[in-house]
Amino acid sequence: MNHLYRITLVEAKLFAREPTPWLAAVLLPTIVLVAIGMLFPPHAADPGPGGQRYIDLFVPSMVVMTLATLGVNTLPGRLARYRERGVLRRMSTTPASPGALLVAQLAINAVVAVAALALLVGVGHVAFGIPLPKDPLGFAAAFALGMSSLFAVGLLVAAIAPTSGAASAMFLPLFAAVMFLGGVYLPRWLLPEFLVRIGDFTPPGVQSMLDAWSGTPPQVLPLAVMGVITLVAGWLAARSFRWE
Amino acid sequence: MRTGDGVADAARMETVIDVQNVTKTYGGRRVVDDVSLEIREGEIFALLGPNGAGKTTLVETIAGLRAPDSGRIRVLGLDPRRDRDALRQQLGIQLQESALPDNLRVWEALDLYASFYANPADPRKLLASLGLEGVRGSRFAKLSGGQKQRLSIALALVGNPRIAVLDELSTGLDPQARRDTWELIEGARDRGVTVLLVTHLMEEAERLADRIALFDAGRLVALDTPEGIVRRIDAEQRVRFRPSAPFDVSILTDLADVRGVTRSGSTITVAGGGNLVLAVTAALARNGVVANDLRIEQADLDDAFIALTGRRLAS
Repeated sequence: MNHLYRITLVEAKLFAREPTPWLAAVLLPTIVLVAIGMLFPPHAADPGPGGQRYIDLFVPSMVVMTLATLGVNTLPGRLARYRERGVLRRMSTTPASPGALLVAQLAINAVVAVAALALLVGVGHVAFGIPLPKDPLGFAAAFALGMSSLFAVGLLVAAIAPTSGAASAMFLPLFAAVMFLGGVYLPRWLLPEFLVRIGDFTPPGVQSMLDAWSGTPPQVLPLAVMGVITLVAGWLAARSFRWE
Repeated sequence: MRTGDGVADAARMETVIDVQNVTKTYGGRRVVDDVSLEIREGEIFALLGPNGAGKTTLVETIAGLRAPDSGRIRVLGLDPRRDRDALRQQLGIQLQESALPDNLRVWEALDLYASFYANPADPRKLLASLGLEGVRGSRFAKLSGGQKQRLSIALALVGNPRIAVLDELSTGLDPQARRDTWELIEGARDRGVTVLLVTHLMEEAERLADRIALFDAGRLVALDTPEGIVRRIDAEQRVRFRPSAPFDVSILTDLADVRGVTRSGSTITVAGGGNLVLAVTAALARNGVVANDLRIEQADLDDAFIALTGRRLAS
């Protein structure tokens, strides 16, 4: 336990020293939200689909940007690099387990995801009057399951990729797909219906977050799918993960 | 200093690493081929051999990082794979390649690794003794090759291990740093740490090791003290000198230990065996000749390796 605590502290420092994840996962979604808020003045009398303002509909997609950056880039990329550099192997020769390093990374990325979410929601609320999630519990569940499913998929890629270069090459299309289906590149109401449906059931399950935000309890099936993806991908990753 | 008494002491010491008939095969190639050896408490034991001889694979099985295909290994009475956790507390390992995150600072690495062990060494003292104080706040990526290497050695010793496994410890070190590192290893041995050294450098093994296991193509070729290994090959000695006065070479060629005498300019070279130096200088003295600039050339480990395997140790 003490090992895990010490490793987490050190890994948190290392995370803090790298500017890219902060920029891409924490600051960028909020910056994009602010930019959109300035392009579509929030008080414009031009309601988007469903009577909601465009900007309100955008928030979950910005959450997807955070989760995609951390889940299929920062977290597994770092683990793949650690493995390639022999960091995990080096640690496995000590009384500490390299598994503790993996747990520490999961925890740090989860905390950063929540921090990015808080920043996004806070700025959106204060600057553009975006309401807080109307179903906070439902949103928490959708966020937690969405994050864990995406992290598990990222870990699975890190587990099966032979080198960190190969991992990066696999993350690229995965990242693009998650961002696209999550409505980051194009608003989801402009996507064809079948892509929207696919996006409901692929990590991190943006529709569930949107539902919870606007006060509709998220549907059980998409949430259950995220849970199943977390378990299956996580189990496969744990089975196939190589420490060296 | 290695002395006869030291070897006798060592013989009474407890065996801390016991390797019996260990074999490891990769892709049909026997990387470690039926190796048996016993390493005793408090000695510096060197696995010496050319690159690719299977030394690293053997220490990795000793450290429990790999399972042998067959054979039996006990380290401090423990099975390196089954009793991994218990062994980790008492075994410090320095692996060949550098293995820390780029942005980790030197003191952070040592503090972190110290926290893994029940009775760690003082990280500050260790940094000082390894000459790393000046870079304690530097990031790993900014260190020179030699500094990375010394940090790696520090991490192997920070847990106050009973056994330290050091793989190619002086790689990338300049001659001064290399000698400093050797002193550090001797210091660890003097504190009672058993050191298992993997090296392809003859000089390193000769200087540091109490006993050497000579490795070639996965097989143990010889296991003895450095002197013992050299003695195995009955190599010719050569004595070279400039005589103070002309003399009749028959006073030397008549000696039983002398096999040949050659002259090149003012220098005489005498080849032979046994106690050649004493025989030659005594014969010269009897005839009123002084041997100036006397040099003795003896076989070393490199010669021994060539004699035992038919090839050179280092390129």
